[in-house]
Amino acid sequence: MIAQQDRKLALSYISVAYIAFLIGTLMGLLQVFIRNDKLDLPAWLDYYQILTAHGVLLALIYTTFFIFAFFITGMSKSLGTFGPKVRLWSWVGFWVTLLGTVMATVLIVIGEASVLYTFYAPLKANGWYYVGLALVIIGTWIASFALIGHYRVWRKNNKGQLSPLFAFMTITTIIMWLIACLGVVATVLFQYIPWAFGWTDTINVELSRSLFWFFGHPLVYFWLLPAYIAWYVIVPKILNVPVFSDSLARLAFVLFILFSIPVGFHHQLTEPGITNFWKFLQVVLTFMVIIPSLMTAFTMFANFEISGRKKGATGLFGWFKKLPWKDIRFTSIFIAMAFFIPGGAGGIINASFQLNEVVHNTLWVVGHFHITVGTPVAMTFMGLTFWLIPYLTGRKFTKSMKVLAFVQIITWSIGMLLMSTAQHVLGLLGAPRRTAYSGYNGHPSAMEWFDGILSSHVTMAVGGSILFVSAMILIYIVVMSMFLSPKALKVEDQVEFPMAESDKSHTPKWLENWWIWIGIAFVLIIIAYAIPLSSMIMHAPPGSEGFKTW
Amino acid sequence: MHFHKFEKIWLVFGIISLIVFLSVVGITAFSHDHHPAGGMDTIDPEKVNETAPFDNPGVTQLDEDTYQVAIVAMAFGYTAPELKVPAGKEIIFKVTSTDVVHSFTIDDTKVNMMVVPGQITTRSYIFDKPGKYLILCNEYCGTGHHYMFTEIEVY
Repeated sequence: MIAQQDRKLALSYISVAYIAFLIGTLMGLLQVFIRNDKLDLPAWLDYYQILTAHGVLLALIYTTFFIFAFFITGMSKSLGTFGPKVRLWSWVGFWVTLLGTVMATVLIVIGEASVLYTFYAPLKANGWYYVGLALVIIGTWIASFALIGHYRVWRKNNKGQLSPLFAFMTITTIIMWLIACLGVVATVLFQYIPWAFGWTDTINVELSRSLFWFFGHPLVYFWLLPAYIAWYVIVPKILNVPVFSDSLARLAFVLFILFSIPVGFHHQLTEPGITNFWKFLQVVLTFMVIIPSLMTAFTMFANFEISGRKKGATGLFGWFKKLPWKDIRFTSIFIAMAFFIPGGAGGIINASFQLNEVVHNTLWVVGHFHITVGTPVAMTFMGLTFWLIPYLTGRKFTKSMKVLAFVQIITWSIGMLLMSTAQHVLGLLGAPRRTAYSGYNGHPSAMEWFDGILSSHVTMAVGGSILFVSAMILIYIVVMSMFLSPKALKVEDQVEFPMAESDKSHTPKWLENWWIWIGIAFVLIIIAYAIPLSSMIMHAPPGSEGFKTW
Repeated sequence: MHFHKFEKIWLVFGIISLIVFLSVVGITAFSHDHHPAGGMDTIDPEKVNETAPFDNPGVTQLDEDTYQVAIVAMAFGYTAPELKVPAGKEIIFKVTSTDVVHSFTIDDTKVNMMVVPGQITTRSYIFDKPGKYLILCNEYCGTGHHYMFTEIEVY
């Protein structure tokens, strides 16, 4: 077990994550019923406030706090107990991120920031909302640098050695995150805050959108890579096999540093201000992440097959039956991976240049989120939560908790399957995203969308309700594991942190030369962004004043 | 670095598929002029109503086979009087916004344009079938976002 003080740190992060999860999923439940026209909100609460809270709390806060809890625990386990400075700065990072979260949440609740989590200008929220968001980012930077500090101490004490795989992957994710945040920090500090407080009169809208998406796409990889860490490092241990290939795992990760960032324009394919050449160039770069994704898929199936054959499986697919289906730590993550197959395919559709027009800003995109971040990522985090909290609290993961965990994972899968399928179908029919209930004055086309069995409001609401039940079961499991489950006094009751052995004897050293990867990443960013961004600045139209349209 | 033989096959197959796929997308885009909505023209968002073609929004016939439709988007509607266009002719939509970001999206078509203040979005489209098409805003623009719609009649 890792040091008491490191556990306390990780548990604090997890607690915030699940408070955000609780509120965020409740907001999700309200949404499906408002869209269904079955729920009228009181006058002081608005659909778009709820939507903003749902997006911010789940996509930004739940993920970020959970990811840091996972990183802190794994880094303490793989590199050793944190030193006093690392611990201090991790706490500073925690409090700064929390302060930012609370500020942003309060401003959403009082109706000063119904701008959704993309906060597109010239919708103008209260200036303190942007300060809150900036603090969230700065807090994660502080916590990130604390972890980098911990890693550097290890490197200094282990000269010439490659770091353990978990630490390597954590540092990769953090480097990607630090570079990605430069875009959002630039726009929030130099565009939004001066404008929101009235120090400047207008804002360059297209530039702010592009800087946002410089950050917005790698943000999704910031959610995904920690899940990949679990897939690469945790899953093999549960399967009782070593890491399939240490060098390929590392290569896949560094490719994400290169190809996560210079790709934001694929979120802006249907908008003006960017020429087709630059849009298409970034589409090509976007598709490069398919390469590490294929490597990951191969590795996962290799692990499954090797593990199954070790247990005596024969034939082409015999290994499938030998997988540890009764172990929720595995089954949860396996289902998460399965959801990522249509999720990833949908992502390819979204980024396919002209094809984007068919789905852009329709409910399809909402469905896509829910089978990428909402299931592959979130369900991997759930699968980690089951053992991570007992591991940190020294409590048992009891039999009844295991049963509940199965119920939770299965309900989440069913709910998500119903809701996301409805959303995908509705999106293809043309129903827009981010809207409260609307029949467009009874327009026949709008009425038709919701006529199907799968595409009806009912399917979405049933799915959403099942998801909420599942979320509440998870909250129950979290509370039990945190405070109430019996202490694991005997060694055999103690919950382990499954971390697979990785043979790094054949791994080339240059994979851990970060300056190579950071250097190439910046070259790609400059190629993809320098000219279009500078033309947005030099050929900018007169800027926009702010509007509060809610 | 060691690659398993199957992994080599898998990756080579994957990368070749990727190249073929991107070539198809790129060639149809650039040789057949099959691009998503866009455009590089800018406009002063406070002077939209005085700037051509938005000083006279609506349908204008440019020549025998081409029509231009100028639209101003604003919270929560479109300034677009009498939208009637013929089927089978090229319709060039030009849209801008006087306030926040909107979209101009015609249901059942590929017309799905982001409308950004300060910029003019352009998209050309040929309607196959006559009928009344729903136009809606699919980018969040405020409390009345879900009431932002209009209609275009194709004859």
